[in-house]
Amino acid sequence: MAFSPEDLKIMESIIGRYPRPRSAIMPLLHFVQSKAGYVTNEGIELIAKQLELEAAEVTAVSTFYTQYKPSAIGEYHVGVCTNTLCAVMGGDAIFASLKDHLGIENDGVTEDGKVSLEHIECNAACDYAPVVMANWEFYDNQTVESAKELVDSMRAGNPKPPTRGPNKLVTWKEASAVLAGLNDGLAHEGVQAGQPTLLGLKLSKEGK
Amino acid sequence: MTKLAPVLSAHWDEKDSFTLEAYKRHGGYKASEKALAMDPDAVIQLVKDSGLRGRGGAGFPTGMKWGFIPQGDNKDHYLVVNADESEPGTCKDTPLLMANPHVLIEGCIIACHAIRAKHAFIYIRGEVTHVVRRVNQAIADAYAAGILGNGIDVVLHIGAGAYICGEETALLDSLEGFRGQPRLRPPFPAIAGLYARPTVVNNVESIASVPAIVMNGAEWYQSMGTEKSKGTTLYSLSGHVVNPGQFEAPLGITLREILELAGGVRKGHKLKFWTPGGSSTPLFTDEHLDVPLDYEGVAAAGSMLGTKALQIFDETTCVVRAVLRWTEFYKHESCGKCTPCREGTWWLVQILRDLEAGKGTEADLTKLLDLCDNIMGRSFCALGDGATSPITSSIKYFRDEYIAHLTNGGCPFDPVASTLFVGAGA
Repeated sequence: MAFSPEDLKIMESIIGRYPRPRSAIMPLLHFVQSKAGYVTNEGIELIAKQLELEAAEVTAVSTFYTQYKPSAIGEYHVGVCTNTLCAVMGGDAIFASLKDHLGIENDGVTEDGKVSLEHIECNAACDYAPVVMANWEFYDNQTVESAKELVDSMRAGNPKPPTRGPNKLVTWKEASAVLAGLNDGLAHEGVQAGQPTLLGLKLSKEGK
Repeated sequence: MTKLAPVLSAHWDEKDSFTLEAYKRHGGYKASEKALAMDPDAVIQLVKDSGLRGRGGAGFPTGMKWGFIPQGDNKDHYLVVNADESEPGTCKDTPLLMANPHVLIEGCIIACHAIRAKHAFIYIRGEVTHVVRRVNQAIADAYAAGILGNGIDVVLHIGAGAYICGEETALLDSLEGFRGQPRLRPPFPAIAGLYARPTVVNNVESIASVPAIVMNGAEWYQSMGTEKSKGTTLYSLSGHVVNPGQFEAPLGITLREILELAGGVRKGHKLKFWTPGGSSTPLFTDEHLDVPLDYEGVAAAGSMLGTKALQIFDETTCVVRAVLRWTEFYKHESCGKCTPCREGTWWLVQILRDLEAGKGTEADLTKLLDLCDNIMGRSFCALGDGATSPITSSIKYFRDEYIAHLTNGGCPFDPVASTLFVGAGA
């Protein structure tokens, strides 16, 4: 795919956020993913050109970070936390059942291109374990059944909304734009906090 | 019984708590107004006097850190907020930013004024799309309201999935556009940090604690907590408990007290082991229920307060499985710069896998401890050190369980029993 003149302008504005251009590599890589779905060679070359670097220098950065994908993934990228706490509480069982249900392995993509699967590390929501992420939105307190229903809803083209997130799950490309620092106007949607987040405050109001 | 003391979390239960309007409703941006009218050194002194210590794990006094920034050097200074919350078990900054991003922005303004910086960067992990939205919107709203942009700028920088970037010098390399690998110190960031300029790196919760200190005074903050650990903090309880969640309490509360508030360990089960501050802090057991959860209390009992991530595991959990999984995490996240960590974590995983499968020998336990000894303190940063914590502490408290894997020819535990949906037909 080609990047449009408008895309180039956005990339320039991203570079303009920083005192030194090179700092913009990470948001630019997220931006490339928002357009191409993954980090393409074309995207690498373009970032290198804009930052006056060698393509190898950009690639070196891209390959260090696991969120930058070297090949196409699903429209909905599902991450199951299998770090210790989530794993023990059901994450391992959820991950195993999703692999089986979708017929793919870790880092695999379904044939229809809708869903990809990855086991992920701790995603800072341990009080909502077991946790599943989709396009890096929270799906809290999952079970084997709820996780299967989630991926089924994605394949049917009508994904269930996140537990703590916008009213509707955005696509991988749309989420990548948010991670490039672009505002999609959805910040006001969804809850401000889930129940576990508020537990201590609630008890305190009860005099505890 | 220690009483809960919500300060950071005081208004999280309001539906629109993350908006500028809601934040201002509760006196938001009054503290920065007050601080901007003060002499910067007086702000530093106030934070020093409050006794606030870093909430990202190390517990270094925040005011002292600010005081290390050289003044009158005619160089740009930077504030960098570490919002790369990734330590297993740690889940406090993420809900804080989702519910109230403005408190962090106000803290940034005050800190920038104190250290004479014009630029703050918030480095947030990339795997939390909605939190990114909330912080980005809050920054935009603060600019629109003229709160930012009048001499102090805040830039949101979004990571891309590397645990090591939570280490402050790796974070700086990442923010400069490089692979996130730790730097050798000295020089410390206060002398040569971002772009080799004097830089303060603080955790989200540390900076977010500053506005309340400015508003209510050092004495008020000092009145909470213990002798050397002042103020309130977020304790994050997770795992095999009836009601997991965030508990903001004065430093020094005990796990026994927090568990009581949470309804205890899940029904019919008992506490086996727990982490006081994330997976990099040595494990505790039911012997440690009454350890005061402050910097000194936890250290005296042989662990670290860390991020106050209390992960609770009951007797259905195999400690070898738990430790293996954490070790696989450290191996995966080791950046590869220092040989003891890169190679050492790899070998730890190999040996632990054999042990869990019942294929090792008792000599492997000695080998594990020997490896840990050779990793500890031998790398640029503390990732490798952290990797040894669960191993050495679990062998100390649960050596028999490792041996049981060997005599049993495999893991004697049923993994289904430790899941939340056991008995639910799942």
